[in-house]
Amino acid sequence: MSERILLATRKGLLDFRKSGDQWSNTRTSFAGQPVSAVLRDPVKGLLYAALNLGHFGVKLHRSNDEGASWEEITCPTYAGVAGEEKPNLQLIWIMERDQQGNLWAGTIPGGLFKSADDGNSWQLNENLWNQPSRKEWFGGGYDAAGIHSICIDPRADGKMALAISCGGVWLSDDYGATWRVSTKGMIADYMPPDQADNPTTQDPHRLVQCHSDPDHFWVQHHNGIFYSSDRCSNWQRIHAQPSSFGFAVAVHPENPQQAWFVPGIKDEKRFPADGRLVVTHTQDAGGTFVSQVNGLPEQESFDLIYRHALEIDNSGKKLAMASTTGNLWISENGGEQWQCVSNYLPPVYAVRFV
Amino acid sequence: MPFIVCTQHLREVGPSHKELFSGRTVREVLHNAAERYPRLSGYVLDDQGSVRKHVAIFINGELQDRRTVLDRAVEESEEIYILQALSGG
Repeated sequence: MSERILLATRKGLLDFRKSGDQWSNTRTSFAGQPVSAVLRDPVKGLLYAALNLGHFGVKLHRSNDEGASWEEITCPTYAGVAGEEKPNLQLIWIMERDQQGNLWAGTIPGGLFKSADDGNSWQLNENLWNQPSRKEWFGGGYDAAGIHSICIDPRADGKMALAISCGGVWLSDDYGATWRVSTKGMIADYMPPDQADNPTTQDPHRLVQCHSDPDHFWVQHHNGIFYSSDRCSNWQRIHAQPSSFGFAVAVHPENPQQAWFVPGIKDEKRFPADGRLVVTHTQDAGGTFVSQVNGLPEQESFDLIYRHALEIDNSGKKLAMASTTGNLWISENGGEQWQCVSNYLPPVYAVRFV
Repeated sequence: MPFIVCTQHLREVGPSHKELFSGRTVREVLHNAAERYPRLSGYVLDDQGSVRKHVAIFINGELQDRRTVLDRAVEESEEIYILQALSGG
């Protein structure tokens, strides 16, 4: 099981490691600076951290010594993008690595970028950017649409899946040379009724793929939970108690019927349903849910778990979850028992087992 | 030659004390400063080469319009001061 977790937070990148039974932060990088995404290349041992400096824009850093030192490297850029929009990079929301060693970055305002040289240069995926339906995408919580989920198929056969808020779920069979939207069954209640099933205005908050059974996907959507067992061709709407709203989802790496969610109250409130932070867990593809509460706050809570702040490790047993209120919990047994590791962190954007 | 001096927030990427750079306009001076400070322009300018929305440029103590400042002519010994626009309390 993984004994190291990287936390991208409002005030820096935190490197939590387990020693004995104790988890603790062993290094803070970029202290005081917002870190929006982090990635470790396990083959080359390189770390990547994306910063959002506000006044001074988005920056990307790389480390070849596990975070002891960093160098600022080239950021994805929208310079030279054709058309009248003149877009600017607003956020690197997610970074992933494919089996060939290419890096992929999902950004706001909706561009997908690829680097074949460890982040020294980036190319915009124009096939996706030039989709005519991109004009229908819009921001979900931000001013512009953004790519926050990139699933590289573990079969290493060119298949990829993306999720965009708000722009639907997109599939490629050829490492991004062509794209098609695939949201059949998804419903957007925030749209006018006759447009509720419009594929390119769906708001999937997070898309995850089962590693061992990669035709199975889960989406935590703005309007509920959706499950697909046929590589996103059809989506089944799932209802969970106390709420089907949330941002984060984790799927078991070997059993696609097992998934975890953190229910909240949607739209204007965005804090735990009934003021009680719980994790909901299904073991039968959404047929039933159990609320996991052991080790989570018993008192009223306002913790919100962002879309990248609930993760499961490769063993399928260890979960990590961190909140906007600066709390970090870890479970070693699939969520049956949670351990609070810290109550005093900055707001957490992303957690990542490495 | 005109000077550039940056806010302390930019001390790792630009001059935090007055330094001379050649150039007839602010754009040229920033361009020439990149030889010594290659990261500076990415902090001051956005993807499209415009002054970032929350960056303020003063010349001789006078706040400049960010939409036109890059083309402003600068004279010998004029001081270009770069800082973040303040927001919040």
